[in-house]
Amino acid sequence: MALLEIRNLVVEFGRFRAVDGVDLTVEAGEILCVVGESGSGKSVSMLAVMGLIGWPGKVSADVMRFDGIDLLGLSPRARRKLVGRDIAMVFQEPTTSLNPCYPVGWQIAESLRAHNAVPRAQVRDRVIELLDQVGIPAPASRLGAFPHQLSGGMNQRVMIAMAISCNPRLLIADEPTTALDVTIQKQILDLLVDLQSKRGMALALITHDMGVVAETAHRVQVMYAGQMVEEQPTEALFTKPHHPYTAALLAALPERAMGASRLPTIPGMVPGIDDRPVGCLFNPRCGRVQEICRTSAPPLIGEAAKFRCYFPLGESA
Amino acid sequence: MLRFLLRRVTLIIPTFIGVTLASFLLIHAVPGDPIEVRVGEHGIAPERLAILRHEFGLDQPLWKQFADYEVQVASGHLGASTVTHQPVWDEFLTLFPATVELSVCALIFALVIGLPLGVIAAVKRGTAFDYGLMGVSVTGASMPIFWWGLMMILVFSVSLGWTPVAGRIGDAFFVEPWSGFMLIDSWFSDDDGAFASAVSHLILPTIVLGTIPLATIARMTRSAMLEVLGDDFIRTARAKGLSPLRVVIVHALRNALIPVVTVIGLQVGALLGGAILTETIFAWPGVGHWLIEAIQRRDYPVLQGGTLLIAVLVMAVNLGVDVTYGFLNPRIRK
Ligand SMILES: Nc1ncnc2c1ncn2[C@@H]1O[C@H](COP(=O)(O)OP(=O)(O)O)[C@@H](O)[C@H]1O
Ligand SMILES: [Mg+2]
Repeated sequence: MALLEIRNLVVEFGRFRAVDGVDLTVEAGEILCVVGESGSGKSVSMLAVMGLIGWPGKVSADVMRFDGIDLLGLSPRARRKLVGRDIAMVFQEPTTSLNPCYPVGWQIAESLRAHNAVPRAQVRDRVIELLDQVGIPAPASRLGAFPHQLSGGMNQRVMIAMAISCNPRLLIADEPTTALDVTIQKQILDLLVDLQSKRGMALALITHDMGVVAETAHRVQVMYAGQMVEEQPTEALFTKPHHPYTAALLAALPERAMGASRLPTIPGMVPGIDDRPVGCLFNPRCGRVQEICRTSAPPLIGEAAKFRCYFPLGESA
Repeated sequence: MLRFLLRRVTLIIPTFIGVTLASFLLIHAVPGDPIEVRVGEHGIAPERLAILRHEFGLDQPLWKQFADYEVQVASGHLGASTVTHQPVWDEFLTLFPATVELSVCALIFALVIGLPLGVIAAVKRGTAFDYGLMGVSVTGASMPIFWWGLMMILVFSVSLGWTPVAGRIGDAFFVEPWSGFMLIDSWFSDDDGAFASAVSHLILPTIVLGTIPLATIARMTRSAMLEVLGDDFIRTARAKGLSPLRVVIVHALRNALIPVVTVIGLQVGALLGGAILTETIFAWPGVGHWLIEAIQRRDYPVLQGGTLLIAVLVMAVNLGVDVTYGFLNPRIRK
């Protein structure tokens, strides 16, 4: 049984479908990467898993199970027991994601206390231990530091310490390095992968950096305009992408574009609320577009490699 | 912090001169001086009037009178009332606790009701409760105190007979004024009904004086909360699995308090202005009541000294607010 299993997830804001029928499966202990341009619904679908989509957003799914528990059937209180303990999340902006009014040590301790993760008397020691595990030097002296006194990278380490404080089985990291300096990005990614393998937890890593995907992921899911357009194990995806959008993302990788005078880019933008095309959502930007793509939406097909395209690449048609 | 305090203290001197000058000019712009008001319509012999005027220094040119007053204040003397001949400082000290008691009660009333209302309106934004509350608070914030006070007296004192009309305590009670705060003094008095009487005298003036700050605090809390509730760290707090109440109070309100405290500080000046009107309506024997009487009697030393002391008070409160602000906001703490 998969750790997290979601079928046909839909998140709507008014008449806008930010997430449009996404399937999401995370096995225990694996690293799943979710890629796609900004606005493709990556954050929203993860927030839906956390139960953090508030009014006016509406979440529905045919199946939404964590460790066999139906998440949508849980009372809000029961769901809050899971969230922050068994499923935890790290966000894109570390500095604004921490409360400016409280010391970082206090904020980590709050998570431990909320879920009674350790006896009260041991909370302080456990916080120091967590800060040490995420690579913060002199952890005991940082307990009283406020977020504005730490760098972005340090704050992200604090966020990670907070997220892993109750030994989650699934850690969701939503572009955890996008807001950081390039030199720090690698350190934070290494930390996440290291924690993942040491603790055996599953990691759902959202990124739009294909290079990161190649290095870390076991499996990759490509999102476009609220839909999942392709899903494959990492190696297969890089050697044999099926969806033209995936191929375009790969072509934009610097090491694949050797010889070209400039990096290829995908023309156009992810459709928003008012310009969703009929048929395949990618058709206005697709190089392989045919008549049927403009009239009828392709279904998700395939077993080991799933994709949503009438004219996939790499098929000897 | 020390440099900040020093800078604030050096600002006090020009403020003093400004306040005394303004009150001096305003008082002298009103026709009649203390002697004329005292002798009333009967009048006295012009020679006698001239002698009295000379005694009070009123025959001097205005600039000289002002300069003399400034020198006197600078040497630490506020002078004595031209009516009672008591030192201004002594009278102020006797009456001041009554004003503080009323103002503090009004502020507590405004906070205890305004803060929760603002928080609830923000959490339930866009609902009938939110719109209703904001409508009422616009009315509340622009309520004319005089009219509001008289309406409250008409309804609760005259028609319903629930509360007394005037004063701090019933005539039947004699309470030793050792702290000057009637609630405290009556609590420790041997008379059984004294405390209840003091409370019933305080209720209406507290509500009347507290209405404007209540409305302002509720609106300010709502808008500060709305802003904070959209912040990233609120999402983090919810992602930790905290209860909604804890997210709102511990995470959101704690941040929203920073702007709200500033507004409360700004309210204190307005509160003292309102206290003057409220004390007059309810015959509350405080500083405001005292100043209004001083205007009627052209009691120059009381008016100027009293205004100056209130200005000092407002500055002290604002300083206190700034210090609190630094305490609440770790980002500006050093
Ligand atoms: N609270 C919201 N209300 C309305 N629209 C939203 C909200 N949150 C996200 N969206 C929209 O949903 C779409 C997907 O957003 P998101 O999941 O953040 O994209 P990304 O893949 O970059 O993380 C975007 O078009 C965004 O504007
Ligand atoms: Mg995002």
